[in-house]
Amino acid sequence: MSDEAQTVSIEITINGSRYQREVEPRLLLVEFIREEVGLTGTHIGCDTSYCGACTVILDGEPIKSCTLFAVQADGGEVITVEGLEQNDELHPIQQAFSQHHGLQCGFCTPGMLMSSLALLAENPTPSEKEIRKQLGGNLCRCTGYQNIIKAVQDAAKTMQEG
Amino acid sequence: MLTGLGETAKPLAGGQTLIPILKLRMDEPSDLVDIARLPDLHYMDDNDGVIRIGALATHGRIGKSDISKVVPILGDCANGIADAQVRSMGTIGGSVSAADPSCDWPALLHVLNAEIICQGEKGRRAVPIREFIQDSYTTALIGAELVTEIRFKTPPANSGGAYIGFKKAAPAYPAASAGIQLSLAEGSVCQDVSLVLGAAGPRPVTSVEAENYLRGKTLTADRLEQAAEILLDASDPPADSRGSSEFKRAMLKSIFLKAAFRAIERAGGERIEGGPEYV
Ligand SMILES: Cc1cc2nc3c(=O)[nH]c(=O)nc-3n(C[C@H](O)[C@H](O)[C@H](O)COP(=O)(O)OP(=O)(O)OC[C@H]3O[C@@H](n4cnc5c(N)ncnc54)[C@H](O)[C@@H]3O)c2cc1C
Ligand code: FES
Ligand code: FES
Repeated sequence: MSDEAQTVSIEITINGSRYQREVEPRLLLVEFIREEVGLTGTHIGCDTSYCGACTVILDGEPIKSCTLFAVQADGGEVITVEGLEQNDELHPIQQAFSQHHGLQCGFCTPGMLMSSLALLAENPTPSEKEIRKQLGGNLCRCTGYQNIIKAVQDAAKTMQEG
Repeated sequence: MLTGLGETAKPLAGGQTLIPILKLRMDEPSDLVDIARLPDLHYMDDNDGVIRIGALATHGRIGKSDISKVVPILGDCANGIADAQVRSMGTIGGSVSAADPSCDWPALLHVLNAEIICQGEKGRRAVPIREFIQDSYTTALIGAELVTEIRFKTPPANSGGAYIGFKKAAPAYPAASAGIQLSLAEGSVCQDVSLVLGAAGPRPVTSVEAENYLRGKTLTADRLEQAAEILLDASDPPADSRGSSEFKRAMLKSIFLKAAFRAIERAGGERIEGGPEYV
């Protein structure tokens, strides 16, 4: 990996489609997703690995795509916010965020949605405390979090019934 | 494995310490070797009275493991590190190798008197954690050695422990932390005990004097408070953006005592939740 100009061939599955690219070893996963593949729903909100706006799911676990090299995800399966919608229908988590005003400016939302998805996959009936804990790595400057908690609780209910 | 790559080659485990540093261009290693793909270093097992954790086990996996149910202080630590996203990637081996004074594992592993298994060209050696962490950001690793395993004795049935980090927010490192593991005989008599303060100096702070002050004695609130004072005397919490030294001393004392009472309850068989405290 020493020569900066040297590239590595990697293949990452994103939302079910495979993307094979030649990349520089220091390319971040978020750059791979946004620039190489052109999926711009995943946001970059800080330089310090702090805000969580860049959260995606890698092999079932939420990660900060700004704090991972694309080569580390080689062979892996990624889900981004674009992967939530199925057959033109919003995912129940997206519907709940919209109904409960879980977003204002929307900057944190892609990351919030992905962390919520990871939470509900692991724990379909989370308590308020568990939701707060799981979303601790996703910062929101606008909503004060209360509506986000409500949205996740409501989405959990819908997904249980559905 | 790293030999032949040059002086500035570095292993990359979860990248949760290394990548933020690289993004800020505070370090420029010539080569990174992705060790996360090494097979067989993700294990956790508890056999014949010894718990062994592979260096690549993530904070998230350790926190959710059966081992954390048997030894709750492990869950207190693992589940309190950063946020869910960082816990998905960050590894216990990376945390001890980074030897960041604010990192939780180096402090926690002092409480468990863990051994760090280091593997290099010349073979394997076991280094006690108290010798492994030499100074801030400085370990006993030589040359291209890798940490491959962390191991410690499974605490006995009459033992309980607790670890509390004091944090401003999930993605923030703790401003201070305290841990204790103790075993109790009849009548709250302390059979054995091990104490630590984290983020309270260049390396985790321990005190044999404070431990001896508790060993063999009935654990009263007064006695624990005295032990806290002895331990605090050995600490030197730096003033920084997370607070002044005085503030940190006050916090350290308060979370130490809270951890001690929690450890006593757990030693008595209570199942109580633990983890960090937020400002
Ligand atoms: C936003 C944020 C918040 C955080 N909050 C906390 C917190 O509250 N508490 C806490 O404890 N930590 C925190 N961390 C750090 C996190 O726990 C890291 O995961 C951990 O410190 C390093 O593990 P890693 O696997 O990511 O190591 P890497 O970043 O991959 O490596 C760290 C260093 O160790 C070396 N290394 C890695 N593995 C080995 C090995 N097996 N043998 C030899 N050398 C090795 C690397 O070369 C590098 O120098 C936080 C990180 C972030 C980004
Ligand atoms: S962009 Fe802020 S954590 Fe990734
Ligand atoms: S909606 Fe604006 S940051 Fe969350």
